[in-house]
Amino acid sequence: MELKDIVKTYGRITALDHVSLKVRRGETLALLGSNGAGKTTMLKIMGGILKQDSGNIYYGREKIDDRNLKLLRRNSTMVFQKTVLFNSDVYGNVAYGLELRRIPEADLEHRVREALSQVGLEGYEKRPVKTLSGGEQQRVSLARALALKPELLLLDEPTANLDPENAAAVEKIIKEFKGATTVILATHNLFQAKRLSDRIAYMARGVLVEEGSPEEIFQRPRDERTARFVRGFAF
Amino acid sequence: MVIEITLRSVYVSGLATLLASSWSLPLGAAIALKNFRGKRPVKGLFNTLLGMPTVALGLLLYLALSRSGPLGFLQLLYTPMAIALGQAILVTPIIVSFTVSAIESVDPEIRDLARTLGASELQAGLAVLGEAAGGVVLAVTASFNRAIAELGVALMVGGNIRGATRVLTTTIALETTRGEIVLGIALTIILLLVVFSLSLAVNLAGRRTTWRF
Repeated sequence: MELKDIVKTYGRITALDHVSLKVRRGETLALLGSNGAGKTTMLKIMGGILKQDSGNIYYGREKIDDRNLKLLRRNSTMVFQKTVLFNSDVYGNVAYGLELRRIPEADLEHRVREALSQVGLEGYEKRPVKTLSGGEQQRVSLARALALKPELLLLDEPTANLDPENAAAVEKIIKEFKGATTVILATHNLFQAKRLSDRIAYMARGVLVEEGSPEEIFQRPRDERTARFVRGFAF
Repeated sequence: MVIEITLRSVYVSGLATLLASSWSLPLGAAIALKNFRGKRPVKGLFNTLLGMPTVALGLLLYLALSRSGPLGFLQLLYTPMAIALGQAILVTPIIVSFTVSAIESVDPEIRDLARTLGASELQAGLAVLGEAAGGVVLAVTASFNRAIAELGVALMVGGNIRGATRVLTTTIALETTRGEIVLGIALTIILLLVVFSLSLAVNLAGRRTTWRF
């Protein structure tokens, strides 16, 4: 995936200011930055659920516009910072995206059960999601993404609202995606970015400041803004 | 006689609810899901119309449907259809306002969630409606209850004609003024039973149903 010169504004606020970024197939890229840096806006544009004001998005060789937005939405999925679930049971939530893709019933059921097993929620199929803990709900979100076997997985601060134990469990699940799926993880957590990513793009106030390997970003940041952000951790 | 009147009441008010739902549900959904200039005044207007006195609406409809009125050519006055039409207009603000409120109370991220799982704009909108369905069903139920329990419209455009437009509320009023208190009480109990039974049934069904479109 490639973003070229993306601009997005909300009224007078510029959320993304001429951002360009290339994401390689199969890599895990962390979008690192503090709150308000533009990470969520970036993910929503990458997932085709928000439209940029200007600039272009390329998915493979396809330039994404209104006509082929479905291509992006069908090959990617996003897990939100705040757990968002349909008001139904666990099975219904995990099956929703598969039903949209008209997956045959037998295969659908198998994929739902497989995904629930991957996140450690076997036997939870009939549980109403409202009765689950915050950590379990976020795991349902991940199972929903896993079941789709997406080419591109967008994670927006997926552990921000979780206790350390549940956060560790979710990170373990994210690691299982690595390689098979291109993962873009928005986080303000330096440790998490370092633990999970192959590459880090640091964002500040809607600008993509610099990108590089975790080692480059933490040990040899080229930009003073990056250095300031990582200093507490790296120096 | 009692059974006939009860069935007529259920038929007329059921028809009124169906009619009102056919235009109010799409209207409510559109108001809730679309952003447009004047959205707030439109919502305010429907909220204000919730308090429309049934006698006032009955009078306006009477004038419109009477032989010399603009809709006189339809020859609907003093027919069950006139009552159904009047009740449909009466309950329209209930369905619209409650539908808007139910949809707007759905987590705004549900729409984004559906999109990111591969839904088209229409499917994402339907996902939001599915989340709001409990509230929408409540709106429709409340509308039926309001329609079957109202008196002003049924009396003024129905005329309380025996065997034709006499419904539960008009019969209760008539029998009470004639001193037939026991019959009035019996009919009132039937009216309450209809209203409470429907509400109970919807409540029970709602607990066991997950709405998906």
